[in-house]
Amino acid sequence: MKTFKLGGVHPPENKFSSEAAIEVLPFPKRVFIPISQHLGTPATVVVKRGEEVKTGQLLAKSSGFISANIHSSVTGKIFKIDAVMDQSGFRRMAVIIDTKEDEWNEGIDTSDDIIREITLGKYEIIQRIADMGVVGLGGATFPTNVKMMVPDGKTAEYLIINGVECEPYLTSDHRLMMEKGEEMLIGIAILMKALGVKQAMIGIENNKPDAIEHLSKLVKNFKGITVHALKVKYPQGGEKQLIKALTGREVPSGKLPIETGCVVDNVGTAVAVYEAVQKNKPLIERVVTVTGKAAKKPSNFMVRVGTPITELIEKAGGLPENLGKVIGGGPMMGKALMSVEAPIVKGSSGILLVPENEAKRVTVQNCIRCGRCITVCPMGLEPYLITQEVIHQMYDKAEADKVMDCIECGSCQYTCPSGRPLLDYIRLGKSKVGQIIRSRGKN
Amino acid sequence: MDKLLTISGSPHVHANESVKKIMYSVIYAMIPAMLVSLYFFGLDAARVIVVSVVACVLVEYLIQKYLIKGDLTINDGSAIVTGVLLAFNVPSNLPTWIIIVGAIISIGVAKMAFGGLGKNPFNPALVGRVFLLISFPVQMTSWPIPIPKFPTALTDAITGPTPLGILKEGLLANKSVTDIMAAPEMPTYINELIGFQGGSMGEISAIALILGAVFMFVRKVITWHIPVAYLGSAFAFAGIMWLVDPSYYANPLFHMVTGGLMLGVFFMATDMVSSPMSAKGMIIYGIGCGVITMVIRFWGGYPEGVSFAILIMNAFAPIINNSFKPARFGQVKVVKK
Repeated sequence: MKTFKLGGVHPPENKFSSEAAIEVLPFPKRVFIPISQHLGTPATVVVKRGEEVKTGQLLAKSSGFISANIHSSVTGKIFKIDAVMDQSGFRRMAVIIDTKEDEWNEGIDTSDDIIREITLGKYEIIQRIADMGVVGLGGATFPTNVKMMVPDGKTAEYLIINGVECEPYLTSDHRLMMEKGEEMLIGIAILMKALGVKQAMIGIENNKPDAIEHLSKLVKNFKGITVHALKVKYPQGGEKQLIKALTGREVPSGKLPIETGCVVDNVGTAVAVYEAVQKNKPLIERVVTVTGKAAKKPSNFMVRVGTPITELIEKAGGLPENLGKVIGGGPMMGKALMSVEAPIVKGSSGILLVPENEAKRVTVQNCIRCGRCITVCPMGLEPYLITQEVIHQMYDKAEADKVMDCIECGSCQYTCPSGRPLLDYIRLGKSKVGQIIRSRGKN
Repeated sequence: MDKLLTISGSPHVHANESVKKIMYSVIYAMIPAMLVSLYFFGLDAARVIVVSVVACVLVEYLIQKYLIKGDLTINDGSAIVTGVLLAFNVPSNLPTWIIIVGAIISIGVAKMAFGGLGKNPFNPALVGRVFLLISFPVQMTSWPIPIPKFPTALTDAITGPTPLGILKEGLLANKSVTDIMAAPEMPTYINELIGFQGGSMGEISAIALILGAVFMFVRKVITWHIPVAYLGSAFAFAGIMWLVDPSYYANPLFHMVTGGLMLGVFFMATDMVSSPMSAKGMIIYGIGCGVITMVIRFWGGYPEGVSFAILIMNAFAPIINNSFKPARFGQVKVVKK
């Protein structure tokens, strides 16, 4: 069975919610829609306080090459436009809307009918994806339309669809593949047309045999799309690792996946593309898993963007007594949240409720030079060494040791028997070295 | 919400792994060899092990409490590992006070002086052993002959040389290897494999050590790189020399089952702290250990070279770490279409 070669770990999967069908979560009385839910420049607000908006109406428009449109996920009146604490703990601008009965903007097809025929051309598709504010739903939230524009001199050969979901606990992609398989495949066909590629490969880890089987059946009606079962190994969902696993090609250090002729998109993104292109529906809702050892009822919800996390937790059985930590995303790469009032955004794949006894880190001890961090690093780095270099502020050495190649998967810190905060230091090193590299460009 | 949440950077889960677990895995892996030493050397073996372990732990405790005044880490098990390894590297009739000196050197000088666990450039037990070997050559090289002690005699009386010692003596007396091997005091390979040979307490039984090594492999405490490179290079080197001149150089199989090779290969060369960290580095290090061991055995003044070989390669570990980096991802050239 295929997988990537270098490094990797296998944390306990704990996919409690893999059987829980997606439930539509009713939107709350008030939603908070941040204007920066994507990688790149925040969008520019085009609405005013007090204005009435309909579901799917544009709230903020893309401002710059790497940016994305933001649409209203609800119908209602704009209460105000103000800074709201987001999932990273910073206060960022958001449009706050008091909701009314759901009324969709004109031109949006809200029926369940599946539209199979792709009528738009290459550039129209890319424009539509941009208009509908589609960004990568795997977590990095890179604007999808930008990814579709292959730079001059490069050619796309394969579209890689990421259905790996290698993070423990999370099941949102899994449920989406099970319940929206056909929409997803049409979305993939649309992306293939936009990119001009003949082949698409869907990579799924074999801890989801039902999804592999389901899609393998559906895929027979689509030309050029294949489903590949992958051996369970974290971080296979990292795009460089996934390309390596499926094609055997390696993205060169510091370069983008297109160097290997591959474009990688998440399964959720494919569904969003389908809805944007075929149904004219902006990206205003997504599947979010609410799970964890402290969760009373692990569930998967279809949630409108801007819904406060408390609403989801409430629906999944309420705040547990022994709650110690709330994570936005998976346990390996997710962020610990400062407040459960923060809103769901386009990139939210899951909410993890961690019990008190697992919330704290283990005691830090001396490095015993066991070398396990090297063994598990999927980028072939030496986390122990970079950590020491960062502690001693030897940033030139850290750069030479490829600190910028780190994908922050956390495998080193996960596996460290001394419980050392390796990734904390590597992140610090990345930010310092990044600053140095940028200042070099200015001279 | 009235309760405060914990905030920390990712990852938020941790493998069920700790220094303590690793150290105790090593301790469990040493149990077979420990039982063999008790079987052959009786109560004396028990005395050496207990004295060595207690002395090592106590020295570490006292240094942490009264000199460094830092956190106590004696319960991580590393001092116990050093204690048992030191005991394994000395003869069972060693006077108690010499064992204590060894423990003070091992823990005090080779480990704590450098900053404690993880900071020592050399394997502490080996430093202690070599210190004792040089300082007390007579006591350190009068090995009791292994005779099953239970249920009759419980302590040792007769001493004798190790197979490697017999070989060295014989060669110095200008005898051929064939004659030396035929001598009555030379044990057979099978006996050497099981443990019927003179030697330090823990090194005599290759089988017991291999059994422990298998356990460490299964628990993933050690990887194949160092043992395979060490044994492979030692075997290959001994084999070549044997083919060149079988009357002066012994059969490589003899070298595999005698002396401290198995103990060194599986329990001391693989010491995480003092060995290189990348796969490539570990292989280079293992080959270095194997070659130096055989060089000392063939041409050195001492009959045995494992301890020196490992200590010498320990010194090279930082250079090896710097020179042999792991294979980085994305360093390949892209095939242009």
